Amino acid sequence: MLLIRCPYCEEERPELEFRNAGEAHIARPTNIAAESDDDFEKFFFIRANPKGVIYERWRHIHGCARFFNAVRDTVTDKFVMTYKAGEPKPAKLPGASK
Amino acid sequence: MAKAAAKTKAAAASASVERRPALDGRVLSAPDVKVEVLPPAERISLRAPQVSLAALSKALGLTLPTKPKTSATKDGRTALWLGPDEWMVIDEAGNDPLADCAKVTALHSAVGISHRNVGISVAGPAAAATINSGCPQDLSLEAFPVGAASRTILGKSEIVLLRSAADAFRVECWRSFSDYVFTLLSEAASDAAN
Repeated sequence: MLLIRCPYCEEERPELEFRNAGEAHIARPTNIAAESDDDFEKFFFIRANPKGVIYERWRHIHGCARFFNAVRDTVTDKFVMTYKAGEPKPAKLPGASK
Repeated sequence: MAKAAAKTKAAAASASVERRPALDGRVLSAPDVKVEVLPPAERISLRAPQVSLAALSKALGLTLPTKPKTSATKDGRTALWLGPDEWMVIDEAGNDPLADCAKVTALHSAVGISHRNVGISVAGPAAAATINSGCPQDLSLEAFPVGAASRTILGKSEIVLLRSAADAFRVECWRSFSDYVFTLLSEAASDAAN
């Protein structure tokens, strides 16, 4: 079983307590009514779906119930790091070679 | 509408609608562990920002814990840390924590959940093994010491777990899940002995 570190509970918890909540860092347009259909489609439906490192929202639903962000590798399913919701995308990942 | 209200009132007055707690009096004794439904208690779900904690702690008569996975107990009342701004307060001495919070003017939300939850005691040398049959958390004394509390899952049901002693736990679950939780714990208790 995967252990995921919850930044609010400050420890690793079993994956069964968590739920994925889609890609992170998707900013809602400030004036959504003025968006063109193409831009709205990009914001609403189109996701990066990379092979490799992905930034995701996760929720510790059966714990502190908080949303937080996680960096995960979609190939190995390894959680690189987690950080609190609202914090900026980390510039440098721990253990990154470059 | 008025008619319905009058009807409810009349029904409430008759003895036939006496409140029957879920799982009332169910006990299971295995060689190394005893699973038992706890008597009814007063409970509230409390949400409050950091600035209100001092006033709420004073009104409740205990210091609300701010560290994850901890609890505070005083005079039969226990406050369990559930989230950064969320606590569950259980009062087994018969005093209503909701009334205490009502006097506080600082921003907070206190909701009475006394009848929403059922408390189950799991006690004995195999208590941790019994709960671990459905709960994935590390329940060793190093990771989950006496007084530790956490919302987690047991099988398919969400529970709130409190370690009241080295070999005793309090499992709080929603009333409608209580039969499932008790049955799962009973089966596990019988297995834990082997």
